[in-house]
Amino acid sequence: MKKRSLLFPLLIIVTGFIFISRLFFLQIIKHDSNDISLNSSTIKRIYTYPERGFVFDRNGQLMVANEQTYDVKVIPNEVKPFDTLEFCKLLKIDKDYLEHKLARAKNYSRWLPSVFLSQLSKEDYAYLQEKIYKYKGFSIQRKSLRNYPHKSSSNILGYINEVNEYLAQQNPYYEQGELVGTQGIEKEYEHLLRGTKGVKYKLRNRLNKVIGPYKDGIFDTISKPGEDLTLTIDLELQKYGELLMNNKRGGIVAIEPNTGEILALVTAPNYDPNLMVGRKKSKNSVILFNDSINKPMIDRGLQAAYAPGSPFKLIQGLIGLQEKVITPETGFYCHHGYKYASGKHNFMGCHCDIVGRPIDLRLGIAKSCNSYFANVYKRLIEKYPTPQESVTKWADHLHSFGLGNYLGYDLPSGRKGNIPTSDYYDKVYPRKTWKFPTIISNAIGQGEVVTTPIQLANMIAAIANRGYFYTPHILKKVNDKNIDIEKFTTKRQTTIDKENFAPVIDGMHDVYKSGTAKHVQIKELDMCGKTGTVQNYIRKNGVKYELEDHSIFVAFAPKDNPKIALAIFVENGGYGSMIAAPIASLMIEKYLLGTHKLKYWENRIINTSLEKEYNKQLSIQSLEVAKK
Amino acid sequence: MRSQRNNIKLEIDWILIFLYLALVGFGWMNIYSASSSADHNEIFDFAARYGKQIIWIGLGILISVFLLFIESSFYEKFAAYIYLATMFLLAGLFIFGKNINGATSWYSIGSFSLQPTEFAKTGTVLALARLLNDRQFSFKPLKNKIKTFIIITIPAILITLQPDPGSALVYLSFILLFYREGLSPNILIVGITAVALFLATLVFGYIYVIGGVLVVTTFILWYIAKGRKKSLRFEWPKILSIVSIILGYVYSVYYLFNYVFKQRHRDRFNILLGLSDDTSDIGYNTYQSIKTISSGGFWGKGYLQGDRTQGKFVPEQDTDYIFSTIGEEWGFWGSMLVVVFFITFILRIVVLAEKQKSTFSRVYGYGVACIFFFHVLINIAMVIGLFPTIGIPLPFFSYGGSSLWGFTMLLFIFIKLDASKNYEL
Repeated sequence: MKKRSLLFPLLIIVTGFIFISRLFFLQIIKHDSNDISLNSSTIKRIYTYPERGFVFDRNGQLMVANEQTYDVKVIPNEVKPFDTLEFCKLLKIDKDYLEHKLARAKNYSRWLPSVFLSQLSKEDYAYLQEKIYKYKGFSIQRKSLRNYPHKSSSNILGYINEVNEYLAQQNPYYEQGELVGTQGIEKEYEHLLRGTKGVKYKLRNRLNKVIGPYKDGIFDTISKPGEDLTLTIDLELQKYGELLMNNKRGGIVAIEPNTGEILALVTAPNYDPNLMVGRKKSKNSVILFNDSINKPMIDRGLQAAYAPGSPFKLIQGLIGLQEKVITPETGFYCHHGYKYASGKHNFMGCHCDIVGRPIDLRLGIAKSCNSYFANVYKRLIEKYPTPQESVTKWADHLHSFGLGNYLGYDLPSGRKGNIPTSDYYDKVYPRKTWKFPTIISNAIGQGEVVTTPIQLANMIAAIANRGYFYTPHILKKVNDKNIDIEKFTTKRQTTIDKENFAPVIDGMHDVYKSGTAKHVQIKELDMCGKTGTVQNYIRKNGVKYELEDHSIFVAFAPKDNPKIALAIFVENGGYGSMIAAPIASLMIEKYLLGTHKLKYWENRIINTSLEKEYNKQLSIQSLEVAKK
Repeated sequence: MRSQRNNIKLEIDWILIFLYLALVGFGWMNIYSASSSADHNEIFDFAARYGKQIIWIGLGILISVFLLFIESSFYEKFAAYIYLATMFLLAGLFIFGKNINGATSWYSIGSFSLQPTEFAKTGTVLALARLLNDRQFSFKPLKNKIKTFIIITIPAILITLQPDPGSALVYLSFILLFYREGLSPNILIVGITAVALFLATLVFGYIYVIGGVLVVTTFILWYIAKGRKKSLRFEWPKILSIVSIILGYVYSVYYLFNYVFKQRHRDRFNILLGLSDDTSDIGYNTYQSIKTISSGGFWGKGYLQGDRTQGKFVPEQDTDYIFSTIGEEWGFWGSMLVVVFFITFILRIVVLAEKQKSTFSRVYGYGVACIFFFHVLINIAMVIGLFPTIGIPLPFFSYGGSSLWGFTMLLFIFIKLDASKNYEL
């Protein structure tokens, strides 16, 4: 009997031990202290969103503002019977809409608010606000939308998207469905523009219904408004550039040389920034992003990588002087071209038409003589014992101008371009058989050299400064205080000595005085420039189709103490002197003088449409599609 | 009479009284935490559950005092009638009962509901004590086995039919009492083996279990064949028939589980056995309850500070899942203390029961301990995720007047019997 009495007490004690071990496991081993924190699922965070910062141009013109709109929200379980007729009249909706929306909201959640009607007009809001108390379960939520008073600069300003799941996971600040700048300065300066959201912690029950503040609100924070930004952009110049680029493709980049401030950053074709706002945004963005013909979402000023063409000769000359393979007086002869190797086809043509007399650097630039720069490049590449060493040296000079890599400006898109190094050629020619004739196209800015318009503009700024530049940037002031960002206030010295610039700049000056841009010179200004014409073609089905050349122009003005440096690139614009050069002059005149002396050219450029040329390309491209 | 009453007061087991009051008091604090809200937090708000519970507790104490003043011989004399009365109450539910949450378990008088299930336990233990009190009683004769079986089967069936199978399971706990009082341990062993095989079949699959049984059988037969124990030599037909019964059982468990059980039954077992990770639907209660307890940590979040409790994340948190409130707000030390209190409480009843001079009191005390043990075991094991969801209350903690009164009566009848053990032999 006694033995049997032991079983039950034993069971009781064992049970006690099992329970305590299980509790130990649950509450001490598996206990996650984060679980009791503000991340607990029982705590609802209610955010107050500050107003996003405004954006102004360098002269204080408003570029981006906010517009208040109002959404009507509904929590289905809190809806009490109401006068549907009056309600529909108030919101200007019909009964079908009401029923449909209510059903959808119920479907989503009976306890959570869902949008019933989005973006009420201000007048409708005013009426509704007085009567909303009658409609239990309905509420009005203010929403701030971006508003652009000018239909300009969409590439600079960018746009705002809703935070997606991925970003919400990456960045704990954001929650899905919030707004975040995704392009342009909205993205780059998101942290300044957005401000800091405020948060209230509310306790909620398992039906997600809020039952009161969490710990009497000791963790709650208030929101901090976004900062207002002033850009370096001159809105008038920017709009003018956009006007000039009408019906063309390409980009204009204008930089203030002695600060690195970007004065204008034009891309064409462009779009109205108001398209990427509000209710119609999703529809428009599909259209804009899918436009693979015009590619309006690509900022050609930053992202289009082209061969630089003749403007590249400027820097070739500078490197020649710096490497002491030429002096300003060194002369070369041109025989309508340059024969760089034996054989009939190894001949690079030239249109300078200076035959029978030596051409020096200044004249070479003014007349854009291919032979001259082929000779310079030959000397550069053959200066050191191996072409590898020479190319390395040559590329180092180019890198010091910010070419071949990201410039470091404060906009989120860009391309590296390409400055071929000896490694690059060793990879292409693994047996290292490459020599000067292999890479001769580089001499005149074709071949493997690729730059973006902003790199080119920056290069011109460095030339205008005679040897240094500041990293181009677009932010000027934050809340009316000038920015002090070391990256943008540090002089970046190039590898070219100051005295070597004079003959090159003189050559650029001659381009306006007597060269390819003579027809668009402005008498009051000492302008310096260089045209470029880049051949291009596309291959389809093994057939090479010649296309109209890209038209390039680089310029700065005035010659002494320069105020503006720019690079213009017009796709398939033909000779540099015919489209890009007038645009440069018009931009310079607009910015420095504000006059309209080149009225003829202004009208002509604005009315020039290259659509026909682009359509031709399209038809060539579609050949293949048709075959398929 | 006067002197005897004084003596009784001295003989009352104050340890049990203290534990009872401590558990009831702490229980009420947790009901308050789980059922109060921002709108309802006045302590004497009788519309709220914690307010009603105050009334139940007050009346419960009155009942307990009343019980202490009843002659202890009354229970023995009237045990059978009390049993019958509670059985009639159970049976009457099928005519007068009120259906709440799908079970016809309540009599409803105005706003007041009474759950006779909670009182049937007292009646049954009294009846068992009365039956086993007979000096000639032994479990040997089949007649006695059947009598005992009938006493516990009637309430079990009536309760199952409500349907409230969780509460019916409580009557299984008397097997411990019967073992103590001389029932053959074979029944206990067979029962435990059956449960173990059942679980093993579900967890490992019947093929492995059958394989395992065959391997073990082979070893046993080989052992016998080597002839170490001659006496066992002629036992092999017996062994083989046992093995075939086991194999049949295992296969029928498999068959029952997969082809006879409904999906919801399977789900409960699957979640319990860790065979399914579904936390959204069927396992929601258990998942929320474990998470809530786990979030308490060592020290807990503090009384009324449990955000999951205050957010009412755990369903039925003031009734069956009340222990999760303790786990969250009082942490490991608090919930451990509650477990220790319960263990001490039950052990104390067992120890006192063993000291009883009369069989009636001993059997009654032991039966009371069995009921408390079963409730605590099933309820806490369910809330901490060791058992499947079986809805029975945690004594003194779960909200509800009937259950509080039922447990109070169970306990105080025993305290009275214990207090008079020296006077009324």
